[in-house]
Amino acid sequence: MTTIEHRASPAATAGGFGQSFRDSLIVAWRNIRGGLRVPDTLVYMFIQPIMFVLLFGYVFGGAIQVPGVDYTEYLMAGIFVQTMAFSCAPSSVGLADDMQKGLIDRFRSLPMARSGVIAGRVGADLLNQFLVLVIMMICGVIVGWRVHNGLWQFLAAVGLLMLFSFSMSWVGALIGLSVGSPQVAASAGLIWLFPVTFVSNAFVPPETMPTWLQTIAEWNPISAIVEACRQLFGNGSIVESDAWPMQHSIAASLIWCGIIIAVFAPLAINKYKAATTK
Amino acid sequence: MNAIEAEGLVKTFGSGEKAVKAVRGIDLVVPEGTVVGLLGPNGAGKTTTVRMLTTLLRPDAGRAVVAGHDVVAAPQAVRASIGLSGQFAAIDENLTGRENLWLFGRLYQLSSEQATKRAGELLEQFGLVDAGDRVAKTYSGGMRRRLDLAGSLITHPEVLFLDEPTTGLDPGSRLDMWDVIRDRTEEGSTILLTTQYLEEADALADRIVVIDEGTIIAEGTADELKAKVGGERIEVIVHDPAAVPQAEEILHRGSDNQCVVDQHMRKLTVPTANGSRGLVLVIRDLDEAGIVIDDIALRRPTLDDVFLELTGHYAENGADATTTSRQEPATGRAK
Repeated sequence: MTTIEHRASPAATAGGFGQSFRDSLIVAWRNIRGGLRVPDTLVYMFIQPIMFVLLFGYVFGGAIQVPGVDYTEYLMAGIFVQTMAFSCAPSSVGLADDMQKGLIDRFRSLPMARSGVIAGRVGADLLNQFLVLVIMMICGVIVGWRVHNGLWQFLAAVGLLMLFSFSMSWVGALIGLSVGSPQVAASAGLIWLFPVTFVSNAFVPPETMPTWLQTIAEWNPISAIVEACRQLFGNGSIVESDAWPMQHSIAASLIWCGIIIAVFAPLAINKYKAATTK
Repeated sequence: MNAIEAEGLVKTFGSGEKAVKAVRGIDLVVPEGTVVGLLGPNGAGKTTTVRMLTTLLRPDAGRAVVAGHDVVAAPQAVRASIGLSGQFAAIDENLTGRENLWLFGRLYQLSSEQATKRAGELLEQFGLVDAGDRVAKTYSGGMRRRLDLAGSLITHPEVLFLDEPTTGLDPGSRLDMWDVIRDRTEEGSTILLTTQYLEEADALADRIVVIDEGTIIAEGTADELKAKVGGERIEVIVHDPAAVPQAEEILHRGSDNQCVVDQHMRKLTVPTANGSRGLVLVIRDLDEAGIVIDDIALRRPTLDDVFLELTGHYAENGADATTTSRQEPATGRAK
């Protein structure tokens, strides 16, 4: 009764893009702040990509011959794109964990933007993945990777990798909110990506695959992005395919990312709105 | 004015043969400044009701107005007016207590300064100042619940929903929690509290709504509910099973009420109108008859009795069935 008078009007604060953005930043802060206190996750997150670069670079780098290119340089774009595809996993695990601990319920009972929790997760993971990418690139340079097309094209490739990471985080968000347990989310957010990333041009030219598999590989979004990065880095892109995404890899990459976001962001936000614990 | 008004709330999960009717038409009125306890066993529909009132679930039918706002039409306005503390301590374990409260404050759309100030106040109020800058992972169960409750009080909400606030707490922490909730009630907060503990509803709520299998089966003050079960009764446990029939005859003398006999436990229960005088008479008569008594007591009805009377089964898995048996044992729907 007496408590009602000295309270801000709730309606004044609801809605709007400004609120969505602010709420997302606040949730992203929370994710980063909390994430820094879980050293094991950080270690796993950074060690796996470094291991990939070093293992593939040193172990396969000498053994696999792709005619006309330096395989180490050829490989790096593939590893970068694969690791960005794995952005799916931290987003999915993070949200599944929040769900299991009842935090999603709490957030849903607050007068905050409906997109804030997921966007905050995706945003925090984008920053993490950027750091991962920087570390991988440094390791790449150590094993002999170089870029040849100058700063602007290099930055364009980094931007594309970040856009792809961002897209895949939305896929992870949907998975995380759907499975409801972080253990399931860890595998559900990752396992299917192995075939998806390997049936592409990330590690070997698709020309060596059976024809039907080759077609899948050429239209795989991973291939378009890998190809675009190779072109932008100047890392031995030798396209022998007539498939449209291989001929127009940058445009194809942007379209693929756009499609993934357009499909998965609304699905994830709807899932959040309807999310129920247990 | 009523802080909560709900009419005919219905929620069914799933469809077809597997459909579970969690809530089957609940009407609820909580006047401003009062505490209403929603009492029922596990699976009665308490949490589902709270989730509908707090906009987490959309009702299949019926309508509800919380703090003057319709939960379906104006969910954001409802959210800005309520605090919810759920069955689990919904806090971020990797943040400190202070950071958790700041986070929730910001998401309640407070400014950073306001949120910081409010976090400090609440840590003080809930005895968490010393732990405030420690990561919540290190907190005990009771501390987590307190932090969770503090998180729901950030904006001095008009209506507070506490969903089983003490489930899973040890007895000491439960009493601490009761104190914290009583402090809120003394400040005139409107609270809807769910519980499966009868004594908790008795201790905290002005009015109790008893819910079972998704419908309301009774409501009133604790005293009104107890009055439904009748007055005091005498409960005797005799030593020798063979003496039970004779003891039953003696207990019948003092009243025309039926004596309930539990042969297995050698226990007899009979309503009495004469209070302690009736007890003295019974003791004297039993003694004269040479019947050895293991235990005898004058008992007032508890909410356990109310629950049993209303539902035909016990609230908590029949754990205390032997002490409250008014009927022959095994008639309760033991789980």
